[in-house]
Amino acid sequence: MAEAAIDESPRTARAIARTRLADRDGFLAWIFLVPTVVYVIALVAVPFFLAIAFAFSDVTSGDPSYDWAGLTNFRRVFNDAVFWQSLQNTFVFTIVSMLLIVVLGKVLANILVADFRGKWIVRFLALLPWTTPVALSTVTWLWLLHSIYSPIDWVLRNLGLIGDNVYWLGRPTTAMISIIAVHVWRLVPLAAVIIMVGILSIPNDINEAARIDGAGFWRRMFEITIPLTSPLIAVSALFGAIFTFTDIAVVQVLTGGKPGNSTHVLASWSYIRGIGGGDIGQGAVIALFLFPLLLAAAVLILRAVRRMETI
Amino acid sequence: MSVAVEVRNLKKMYDGGHVHAVDGVDISTEEGEYLVLLGPSGCGKTTLLRTIAGLEQPTEGEVLIGGSVVNGLPPRVRKVAMVFQSYALYPHKTVRANIEFPLKAEQMDKAERAPKAHWAAELLGIDHLLDRKPRQLSGGERQRVALARALVRDPQVFLLDEPLSNLDAKLRASARDELRRFQERLGTTTIYVTHDQAEAMGLGDRIAVMDHGKVRQLGHPVEVYDDPADTFVATFIGSPPMNLVPHDGTLVGFRPEHLLPVETVTGERVTTPFHIERIEYLSGDRHVYGTVTAFGEDTRAIARLPATIPVPLEAGEKHEFGIAVNRVRFFDADSGQRTGPIRLDSHHG
Repeated sequence: MAEAAIDESPRTARAIARTRLADRDGFLAWIFLVPTVVYVIALVAVPFFLAIAFAFSDVTSGDPSYDWAGLTNFRRVFNDAVFWQSLQNTFVFTIVSMLLIVVLGKVLANILVADFRGKWIVRFLALLPWTTPVALSTVTWLWLLHSIYSPIDWVLRNLGLIGDNVYWLGRPTTAMISIIAVHVWRLVPLAAVIIMVGILSIPNDINEAARIDGAGFWRRMFEITIPLTSPLIAVSALFGAIFTFTDIAVVQVLTGGKPGNSTHVLASWSYIRGIGGGDIGQGAVIALFLFPLLLAAAVLILRAVRRMETI
Repeated sequence: MSVAVEVRNLKKMYDGGHVHAVDGVDISTEEGEYLVLLGPSGCGKTTLLRTIAGLEQPTEGEVLIGGSVVNGLPPRVRKVAMVFQSYALYPHKTVRANIEFPLKAEQMDKAERAPKAHWAAELLGIDHLLDRKPRQLSGGERQRVALARALVRDPQVFLLDEPLSNLDAKLRASARDELRRFQERLGTTTIYVTHDQAEAMGLGDRIAVMDHGKVRQLGHPVEVYDDPADTFVATFIGSPPMNLVPHDGTLVGFRPEHLLPVETVTGERVTTPFHIERIEYLSGDRHVYGTVTAFGEDTRAIARLPATIPVPLEAGEKHEFGIAVNRVRFFDADSGQRTGPIRLDSHHG
């Protein structure tokens, strides 16, 4: 016994050393957390506090030296009609898109969970808008909505629904409808996948019990499926809201805020002011307006997740 | 109202006909009967129940409820109620809303729903739980809610899918008794699926023993126990199962409680030496494991001696045992089916 122990000791010692490192949960936890913590500090916390600092400064791209400017930037931004238009647009885009995203996402989720021949190709096609880079797909939409060569107009014209081209992006109202349409088209697949997970997590028994109890399709939908998936529907709604609220690419590529400055949102207006116009202070003020709403959305998401845990 | 349920040559296949979940079943219940479908897991009993409920469509054959074919009709129209193994309560609804749900689906007025739900809850002794959510209930309480939800709208047929299997052993015995009393009181035709022979024997007016999608035997509990139609039924029912001794292409079958020390067997009997290997004491009975040598090939067998037989026995000992002749059953060794009696020469080895 003693001999055997001596014989094996070097290997055992190494094995023990190895196990010890892998067993030290507290140490490992820190190792694994550090990249995330560094990432969050460097790319979320620092820019956030930088933006607050810039909002009270006279920093411009021409003169990056920091001088305290008090509320000057705020006053200038509030006196600008385009800011208020952008704020309003941001809310209109977000709320309308969110509602459409949730309703269409639920419909698409129902299609995605259904069992039929060739469902994989439908699933693949349905998810495509979400997987395409947003700038790229928006460029495609730019062609679809072109003032002269729009295939959408061509179809509508040939169906006899319109006499002349719509000039989708040339008028404020149709331009806003177009922006909302692209947001919805892009985010519905994401919402559908989130809601689909919710639908799939409902035990089959419960649906069958409802069928036995005499509930038809709509009753099962509104009394069983939707209440049981409501936390995930909320999550998809909030994701839709956040992605629309903070998005700059769709507006920037599709209209660039035109016609006039009628389709700007906070993100695009902040960019135009801060980077395009070089007034970093004003840009920062505009961008800060995104914060309270995103904070509220984050709180709501976390609460929805909590609710999910208790069902 | 109680109506009869009938299935005719029912077949349910999966995977393009490769799996025969239900393979040509003919059963008809009587009105108000308590029929138990008993079998091991995967024997097709739950599929059969789900086909009757309308949750599955049969590949072939007919389902009749109250004399009319209901194939293709949705569960809603069939007026059946089902209790699931998991109970399938709606987790986001209160007990009251759970029980009222079938009435709501019938578009019954709110004013009418409340007293009916209360009646069902009272019947099951859960009227004090009406405002709770399912997650705040114990297993036994959930089972009662599921039952209340099933009976609240006077269904024509009750379908119960292993409703007791999620209860602990003690609760299961009392719940079994309660289930039976309810059914007797309501008089509703009931089809009950279980893999537990004690539940089947205790609850069923008749038992359909199923295996591999086929009904092996349909009969009263006593018939199924005393006169099994084949070796599957003989060994599936009874604990310990029936002893089977091979003898020239025939299997000689006898229940453990009928293999007794020869001095206690009166009347016409066959005898055999029994080489005792081991004795277990279980709830007052002695289970004696050993080998019988006289009915054909030497075969291991089990004897169950009630406490009323005090004959002293020891492991390692050889003792003469006997079986009353009218207790011996014969099966064909190849097909397993019951056959006529053969002559057994009891010789003493």
